[in-house]
Amino acid sequence: MNMAIRVFLLLLIIFSSMYPTLCIYEDQVGHMDWHQQYIGKVKHAVFHTQKAARKRVVVSTEENVVASLDLRRGEIFWRHVLGPKDVIDALDIALGKYVITLSSGGTILRAWNLPDGQMMWESTLSGSTPSMSLLSIPTNLKIGKDDVVFVYGSGCLYAVASIDGEVIWKKELTSEGVHIQQLIYPDGTDIIYAVGLAGLAQFDAYQINVKTGELLKHSSMVFPAGFSGDLSFITSDIAVTLDSTGSILVAVHFQDGEISFHQTQVSELGWDFSGPAVLLLTKLPGMFALEINKSIVFIKVTNEGKLEVVDKLGQSTAVSESLNLSEGQQAFGLIQRGDGKIILSVKLGSDWTSNLLQETIQMDYQRGNAHKVFINTYVRTDRSNGFRALIVMEDHSLFLLQQGEIVWSREDGLASITDVMASELPVEKDGVSVAKVEHNLFEWLKGHLLKLKGTLMIATPDDVAAIQKLRLQSSEKSKMTRDHNGFRKLLIVLTRAGKLFALHTGDGRIVWSLFLDSLRKSETCQNPRGLSLHQWQDPHHHVLDENPSVLVVGRCDHSTDSPGVLSVVDTYTGQERNHLGPTHSITRVIPLPFTDSAEQRLHLLLDVNRQAHLYPRTTEALDIFQRELGNIYWYSADVDKGILKGHAVQNNCILKIADSYCFNTRDLWSIILPSESEKIIATATRNLNEAVHTQAKVTSDQEVMYKYISKNLLFLATVAPKAVGPIGSVTPEESWLVVYVIDTVTGRILHRMTHHGSQGPVQAVFSENWVVYHYFNLKAHRYEMSVIEIYDQSRSDNKDILKLLLGKHNLTSPITAYSRPEVIAKSQSYFFTHSVKTLAVTSTAKGITSKQLLLGTIGDQVLALDKRFLDPRRTVNPTQAEKEEGIIPLTDSLPIIPQSYVTHALKVEGLRGIATVPAKLESTTLVFAYGVDLFFTRLAPSRTYDSLTEDFSYALLLITIAALVIAIFVTWIWSEKKELQEKWR
Amino acid sequence: MDKGKAVMGSGRRWAVEFTDNSTSNSSRDIPDPPGFTRASHDPDDSAVSKQKKDAEANWKSQKAWEVAQAPFKNLFMMGFMMWMSGSTVHLFSIGITFSALWQPINALRGVGKVFEPYKDNRVDLLAPKLVFIALNLVGLGMGIWKLNTLGLLPTHVSDWVSSLPPAQEVEYSGGGIPLY
Repeated sequence: MNMAIRVFLLLLIIFSSMYPTLCIYEDQVGHMDWHQQYIGKVKHAVFHTQKAARKRVVVSTEENVVASLDLRRGEIFWRHVLGPKDVIDALDIALGKYVITLSSGGTILRAWNLPDGQMMWESTLSGSTPSMSLLSIPTNLKIGKDDVVFVYGSGCLYAVASIDGEVIWKKELTSEGVHIQQLIYPDGTDIIYAVGLAGLAQFDAYQINVKTGELLKHSSMVFPAGFSGDLSFITSDIAVTLDSTGSILVAVHFQDGEISFHQTQVSELGWDFSGPAVLLLTKLPGMFALEINKSIVFIKVTNEGKLEVVDKLGQSTAVSESLNLSEGQQAFGLIQRGDGKIILSVKLGSDWTSNLLQETIQMDYQRGNAHKVFINTYVRTDRSNGFRALIVMEDHSLFLLQQGEIVWSREDGLASITDVMASELPVEKDGVSVAKVEHNLFEWLKGHLLKLKGTLMIATPDDVAAIQKLRLQSSEKSKMTRDHNGFRKLLIVLTRAGKLFALHTGDGRIVWSLFLDSLRKSETCQNPRGLSLHQWQDPHHHVLDENPSVLVVGRCDHSTDSPGVLSVVDTYTGQERNHLGPTHSITRVIPLPFTDSAEQRLHLLLDVNRQAHLYPRTTEALDIFQRELGNIYWYSADVDKGILKGHAVQNNCILKIADSYCFNTRDLWSIILPSESEKIIATATRNLNEAVHTQAKVTSDQEVMYKYISKNLLFLATVAPKAVGPIGSVTPEESWLVVYVIDTVTGRILHRMTHHGSQGPVQAVFSENWVVYHYFNLKAHRYEMSVIEIYDQSRSDNKDILKLLLGKHNLTSPITAYSRPEVIAKSQSYFFTHSVKTLAVTSTAKGITSKQLLLGTIGDQVLALDKRFLDPRRTVNPTQAEKEEGIIPLTDSLPIIPQSYVTHALKVEGLRGIATVPAKLESTTLVFAYGVDLFFTRLAPSRTYDSLTEDFSYALLLITIAALVIAIFVTWIWSEKKELQEKWR
Repeated sequence: MDKGKAVMGSGRRWAVEFTDNSTSNSSRDIPDPPGFTRASHDPDDSAVSKQKKDAEANWKSQKAWEVAQAPFKNLFMMGFMMWMSGSTVHLFSIGITFSALWQPINALRGVGKVFEPYKDNRVDLLAPKLVFIALNLVGLGMGIWKLNTLGLLPTHVSDWVSSLPPAQEVEYSGGGIPLY
């Protein structure tokens, strides 16, 4: 039996040593993480449907992505994410094999290989004046031997060889401030026309020799009434524009350098048009479109230059560019919004009344209106023209329609997430379980037997594949109910389009989506935009039957004084519970640390006039707020003026209509930073929901340091005003970085430190009593990371054990910032190799687990760095005791361990933010990184010390236990028998 | 393995009592053998028995002292072991320390039992008992001292405040840079 115990112990030791390490194995990829690729809202699309090659559509998006999509399934063939400032202006295909993109305000021209997306060449077209950027690719034009691409950017016209990007000639067209709006190249001629306006009152047309770039003719004509600004081009020699009042349509003929204006009053067009008209930039055959009175009017230009209204449609109509059909005809597509459906019609340019195609497609109301449509034609089997249409909806999703059906759709709104919140899933009740596939016992056993085989390394390759499949498709992780460990949650994300999505953390699928009515374009709210998400109601204890909800804060326009909109959305059902707005402007949202009896969190919303508005608007909330009024403060950081101000909430506002939920505020303190030497570039505060386990830090010699833990601390970084620009724009002598840690209740500066010869950009993260920030050291030509830890000295004399034993200490009694506790700050700096896009820190349920910093690197990956590396107590030669405590010997730079890339081999293209959510299991934290791509995983900074791994073979354990029990019985019976024999002897 | 003994214990069917302390004839069925007088035997024997008892008492007290001093040897042994085990917390040092604590405690609990065989009216057991207790207390002290050197005794401030939650704050402040 001893032997059996030994075997059992040995097995236990083996099991307990099977904890996962920081990195993961190849077969664990996709087990607890998921990765989704998006492209963003499409703004240009070019179809490539040649017979031999795979059919594809090349798109460029507002997230600066160039991508080639499979036309059959909508998958990404290849994709390139350009930098955030490298906005794509134009996209086209040249030579049938290169995708040409013009970006960065017409200064960078790139060619990408169509099949695989490799960059073939890149040309930098330098110019002086910013201007529109235009790209024109003639189909059959050769200069010398080269096919050519015409580019207008930065006030210059370039002819670029499309095979290698060589500039053939360059012509500056900036004289007299002419803004070129169109390049026109009539096929087969030697002249390219560049047409534009100068100073809104003069029409200019240039004729340029395509071979040499020589200016053949420059004609201009002044229009005294002035233009509204945009030109709409009807044919190669007629343009239409509006005068500055928007009431007269001007048709401009510019054939052969002869310019003539033909004026028509908008009101003369018939129909009943009133109000100013706006010209829509369309490229329709022989037509243009005006927006008058919230409707779109299509006007045809006849050969004699007369204008004829053909139709008037609703505002939510999207029109495609014209498409050349085979017989020299031109067609275009129109999308109109019906009730719960969209109507696609394709018409010939010459004939408005009949449709080449009309299809009605069911479309979810949550997708809003169609914003853009691109059409493409194919030849049907009966040799007639078929059409497919690529539609971009208001929520940025992308659809391909063909033969009256949606072939595929992409949720590309998720490429532009602006805010993230986590929400719990419903508790599992009888009959509520949504899981479709519940394992039966046999399946369960089979799965575990397979795993056992894998553990014992006797699995065949087929078995290994089956194990991997089992792992990835575990129904357990995608259930719609709360799990014991708190791994399953909903991620509520707000996108730039104003749409809310709920993503399941298990597999990343969309559980529900909601396009908020308050964030849709409407008459009262012209340019609505979602600002942020806040936890509105998070039921825990006595109101568990209530569903949790989030508060969505939005704004009607771009300026800060525009009216705000508020919505409360139920996170279980995805329904809007109530909404408010447009209402007062919203500049800051302050979630207060109080909740009412229904566990709705109190929020204070500040407007431009520094009045505070309390939400929810209930008397109960008001009572709670009135009780705590004296202890509620707020601060404002004015980046432009360099002023930090503290305010207190005072009494009710004096308004025309009495509002007991509105409060005036008064100034308490202000910190004025010298504008000639300091400019605010970054701030960081602690996350309000962060849990801190203890206030004491025990050092190696059993001494205690008390952390200064306050939620009211602000980290502020300023740089010399000269050093605001990019790295390298200043010398180290005239650049400095000053960091502050400020108590925002009293305005007390707890710590101030200057880094000479350093500059931004600064990324910072604040947690517990420390702040870590990343900046550039100009003297050392390297990036640096620094840590500041703040300790409370006024508590350090609590050394009487007897008092502590009897609980006679004041360490846990409430403290006030006005007591001005004496603090000390410890700081240390290290070199760091990478530049960092964003910084975050792991957060766990109780705050016991040690922390890891999550760095979004310039390569769009997430790197985990142990906080222990950023410890101001690191020394070059730590003592034995310090080593035991876990202090790492000081090195001048922070190590980058390749295994600690959280995103392993994947990239989160266009990484913008990292959100961490604590799981219920103390060791584990959920990490969600978002940008153009989304990535989710779980992290255990101190390893999963509180649970068995998912690979843990329960079957093996059960078998072992059963075997041991049997062994015990067998040996017992055996020993009984032997003893009996002994006695008889 | 203990099963055998249990079987033996309960399996005892009969027994013969060889000692007999009863003095009265009436209770006996069998008469004394001829020539044996019970009455004359007792006084005659008393001197011898007294001498015997003295010797026994002497022996007992000697033994009691021996027992009382026994932990002393143990102390050295323990001390050596503790020195060998070092001051870091691992399986061996913990084992040694706990046995160093357990042995004296166990011994102290069983003081009465240890001196039971030497109990006699004429033997003064108080002194050996006290010595025994004192030595065991020294052993216990050594154990505690070892525990302390291992850092397992809550004698530092850190042991009492390491899990204190952060103090609540009276004021609350929020805000920041305006939402863009």
